[in-house]
Amino acid sequence: MGNKKLKVESSKFMVQRTKTIKLPLTKADVLKLNVGDMVLINGLIVTGRDKLHKFLFNERPSKKQLPINLKGIILYHCGPIIKKAPDGYKVVAAGPTTSMRVEIYEHRIISEYGLGGVMGKGGMGNQTLNTLKENGCVYLHTIGGGAVYLADRVKKVVGVWKLEEFGSTEAMWIFEVKDFPAIVTMDAHGRSLHEKIEKKSYHELKRLIA
Amino acid sequence: MIKKYEIIINMLKLLDAIVELYRKAATSLPSDIEAALKYSYVIEKEETNAKAALSVILENIKIARSTGRPLCQDTGIPVFYIKAPIGYDQLELKKVIFKATRVATNKIPLRANAVDVLTDRNSCDNTGIGFPIMYFEEIKGNKLTIDLMLKGAGCENSGQLYRLPFEELKAERDLEGVRKCALDAIYKAQGKGCPPYIIGVGIGGAKDQVTRLAKEQLLRNLKETNKYIVLSELEKRLLKDINQLGVGPLGLGGKTTAIGVKIGVNHRHPASYFVDVSVCCWANRRARLTWETKS
Repeated sequence: MGNKKLKVESSKFMVQRTKTIKLPLTKADVLKLNVGDMVLINGLIVTGRDKLHKFLFNERPSKKQLPINLKGIILYHCGPIIKKAPDGYKVVAAGPTTSMRVEIYEHRIISEYGLGGVMGKGGMGNQTLNTLKENGCVYLHTIGGGAVYLADRVKKVVGVWKLEEFGSTEAMWIFEVKDFPAIVTMDAHGRSLHEKIEKKSYHELKRLIA
Repeated sequence: MIKKYEIIINMLKLLDAIVELYRKAATSLPSDIEAALKYSYVIEKEETNAKAALSVILENIKIARSTGRPLCQDTGIPVFYIKAPIGYDQLELKKVIFKATRVATNKIPLRANAVDVLTDRNSCDNTGIGFPIMYFEEIKGNKLTIDLMLKGAGCENSGQLYRLPFEELKAERDLEGVRKCALDAIYKAQGKGCPPYIIGVGIGGAKDQVTRLAKEQLLRNLKETNKYIVLSELEKRLLKDINQLGVGPLGLGGKTTAIGVKIGVNHRHPASYFVDVSVCCWANRRARLTWETKS
């Protein structure tokens, strides 16, 4: 009984205000996305967290050295749990990690490789926000701790890069996703939901400790 | 006299039990936490980010439990709180916990999170120097109690330590000052540690003691009332205040920024007043094992 009710409720996420997007995104696609839009992502995405960002930022590998063209696709801040099965890799759990840790690197990675979006949790800072505007890119917020729900939206592990060197958590995994849910919280028009909420909570904090 | 093989068999049984403790902690949530999340879902407004986020969270909890997979890919740093009977072999227990950690990492599986600070290499089995964390306490009787907490890094990074008085917040050395610190910590955390949060506060005279005390509060059941009336009142007041910050589930705005606040105190030095705020994500993964030992 309880199960049924929750299923109905969660499918709500799928229909209200929801746009389906297909990767790679063109600049025109990106400009159509606005803060507050709920999206369902389809196509190829890559994962990357602390080590990969540091590597791309400092070593600046050429586009040819990368296993996939990052233009218009999404870089997902995620260190998944992956199990190796006889018929390939299986995604056990794959929720987002805190994006703010890669704030110092992200601006150059977006501009150099032409990403269409970055995705994670908790939002990012001003440097990234400006870069999103300059390069036509969006920040997508997905569900922190929604790891199995999100893993089930990964249809296939297409490949992996730097597995030996960085380890499974920090490697770049290439996932094919279907209807992967996220919310646009920073857009290419310079708007940030995180900035708005932080400002509002700052006023509340001042009031509460006055 | 217990024969040697009996000891070995007992330890093997305990090893299995600790692996199962890991499984329980990683794949399911305590009922008080789940109930509080369901309540937040009900009170958040229709067609908001908050409601959508909570609906996915609740469905995620259900899928994790039914498929036996970890709720979150970050299975955290394992923290063991052990109450062992007087005379119980704690060194042996440590060895069993290390072994169980390796088995659980492979079997459940957990994400390998133990990174060598000097080489930057992941040990790949969740063991290393001071990893997992283990705290021992001796107790009377013959029951061994093991509480396991899997503490994710997003929320661990959101914690704060304050030394009062703290000019910036006009926080003095009193419970009002403590309230200001806790509010400030959650304002700073925003959505980075996966709210709705459970918040542990530790007050006392030594840095190491208050950080441990704050984290220990996260083991308490949300329904449990603080034995000190003033602290119980402060916990309620803080929960109400924090939920006025508007950070909301996952920091996307809304009514529910926290579902619980728990406070613990130690005596302090006349010259010191430390407040530690330990933040826990909505996935407050804790589980308990009790084990009969032979005296």
